[in-house]
Amino acid sequence: MRIAYYPGCTLKTNAKNFEDSAIASAKELGIEMVEPDRWNCCGTVHALVKDDVMHHLAPVRNLIRVEELKEADKVDSKQVVTLCAMCYNTLKRSNQTFNEDADKKQKIHDVMYKEDIKYSGNVEVLHYLEVLREIGWDKVKEAVKKPLDGLKIAPYYGCLLLRPRGIGIDNADNPTIIEDLIEALGGEVVDFAYKQKCCGAYHTVHMKEAVADLSHNVLKYAQDAGADLLITACPLCEYNLGPRQTQIKKQYPIFDSIPVVYFTQLMALAFGLNDGATAFEANKPDPTPLLTERGLME
Amino acid sequence: MSSFGSNLVLRMNPADKVFKDRVNELSGENVDLCFQCGGCSSGCPMTQDMDYLPSKIIRMAQIGLEEALESRTIWTCSTCFNCEVRCPRGIDVTAVMEALRQMVLRKKHNEVSLDDLSAEELRELPQIAIVSNQRKLTA
Amino acid sequence: MENNVEMVTIHVMGKKHGVPNDLTIMKAMEYAGHQFRRGSGCRGGYCGACATLYRVKGSYKLEGALACQKIVEEGMYIAQIPFNPAEKITYDIEKVRPAVNTMVEHYPELSRCLSCNTCTKACPQDIMVMDYVQASLRGDITQAAKLSFDCLTCGLCAVRCPAEIVPYNAATLARRLYAKYIDGPSKHVIDRAAAVEAGEYDEGIKELMEMDKEPLQKLYENRDVNIHG
Repeated sequence: MRIAYYPGCTLKTNAKNFEDSAIASAKELGIEMVEPDRWNCCGTVHALVKDDVMHHLAPVRNLIRVEELKEADKVDSKQVVTLCAMCYNTLKRSNQTFNEDADKKQKIHDVMYKEDIKYSGNVEVLHYLEVLREIGWDKVKEAVKKPLDGLKIAPYYGCLLLRPRGIGIDNADNPTIIEDLIEALGGEVVDFAYKQKCCGAYHTVHMKEAVADLSHNVLKYAQDAGADLLITACPLCEYNLGPRQTQIKKQYPIFDSIPVVYFTQLMALAFGLNDGATAFEANKPDPTPLLTERGLME
Repeated sequence: MSSFGSNLVLRMNPADKVFKDRVNELSGENVDLCFQCGGCSSGCPMTQDMDYLPSKIIRMAQIGLEEALESRTIWTCSTCFNCEVRCPRGIDVTAVMEALRQMVLRKKHNEVSLDDLSAEELRELPQIAIVSNQRKLTA
Repeated sequence: MENNVEMVTIHVMGKKHGVPNDLTIMKAMEYAGHQFRRGSGCRGGYCGACATLYRVKGSYKLEGALACQKIVEEGMYIAQIPFNPAEKITYDIEKVRPAVNTMVEHYPELSRCLSCNTCTKACPQDIMVMDYVQASLRGDITQAAKLSFDCLTCGLCAVRCPAEIVPYNAATLARRLYAKYIDGPSKHVIDRAAAVEAGEYDEGIKELMEMDKEPLQKLYENRDVNIHG
């Protein structure tokens, strides 16, 4: 299955490990993720005020790129998959706004007159977890060569995979999609109260102390519930929960570090992919001591 | 009942109604639907850094108190949509917060500046953080 | 009509003029009596000094052009942008290295890009400016260098950008990093320099310098103008 893949800026920089592990593990499931030659930053956040047209240009442009891929027969459908939860949320919501608001649609077309085609509105935006769910957890389980036996994994959803209403990929109060993935990979699910609580998001730029407070709560609840590590689907969450642990330690000296990885990295590990597919080198804190100790890595 | 003689009438100043209408227009919501249950505030992850609770901000919008624009609350909001999901009246509280931010930003106000970031911070911060920070908090 | 040349009406900074229709904006402005002290340079479409904005009567579209290249049209409303205020930050190219966040580190405004494409629409060189800004944002320095190759730093993109980015400064950094660290030194230049230093061309040059004018002239006129592979 060839599906259009929208990376988002961070997947090419700080979160390259997310991309590498995702593409490699997708291949094992027969999915080819096709990146458009040309794409732009989606804007990360959806414009919530009603008179805003400008901030919809970036997402809609990317949806045009997906249509161009389909026109060129490089993909099988007008679906686009993203790995980043923020990109998912932004593309999906702008797609909706474009289709629901005729006036905005017209203005967007007017401004984007240099594009070769007018956006039809027919692209379907999916998060990779939805694609996995669609394929079936049985199929995912079949691809597992090294089940994550005994690994206690806390699923961290964050905000934008589940909210707002109508956009979330699962029930906002009681999601199970990441838990299903963990089970398919042979790991042990550690449920904890803060799995959908905000990490502090963009406040990490200028209010990192506040972010450290929030992230500390999330991590501590996961630790108290017995987790070995957390998995996430958003590069901003990963940054706030992972690399920001140095800041957390400054504010909470007795805090013990705990690894945070992308869900695709555990997929790559469970699928037995070795050639750099797990890409753990970029993760802070380093998960390899834990995984080696558990016999899941050499 | 009437022996307690309450002749207190809360009348809205026309100017205050302009403010409320603008908030409603920008956010696409109707703040009058709010009955102050506090659900949004209870689910909000950032309240410890706020001066007014989210539900209080909605109340201020309802009665046309432009003071809401001077709160720290609207800038401390992390746009997590927890309030939106929990509101029993279906109000997108996140959108109301954004409308209030926009009303300030559109007056050439920038809450944060890239000029304040060091080279090291810029090297380490992922694009997703800087882009969203600028989008939410600058003009 | 003058001397059988068709005239067109243009407005320069609000003042109406009739000018021959085959002149460039720059020549037309001089025809109308303007003397260029700023906003004029090579007159050959290469230096970027003559950045010009114009509208054509009946259209809302704001177009960018180089005054020395663009031929006038009927109903043009013209204004020049002789200078764009921008800080070209200082860095030591010997110390900077191309890494994924190098561009954002030096020009953090890149993160404000809205992908609106206004820069591309303003560019007189038909460069895909938005695309190279986006490539810079995500650390694809090679792509940014290649796409921005034709840039003359005329400033029109920067003047129009709603996110207050100065694309051409970022592009300059991208090209410098690409040339020095990614593409690396040019082998043919190194080889040729070595040959020169080894004295392989000394004889030939000595011969030319001692030649009389006429045989030298003949040699020049009969030179091979084909590019050798």
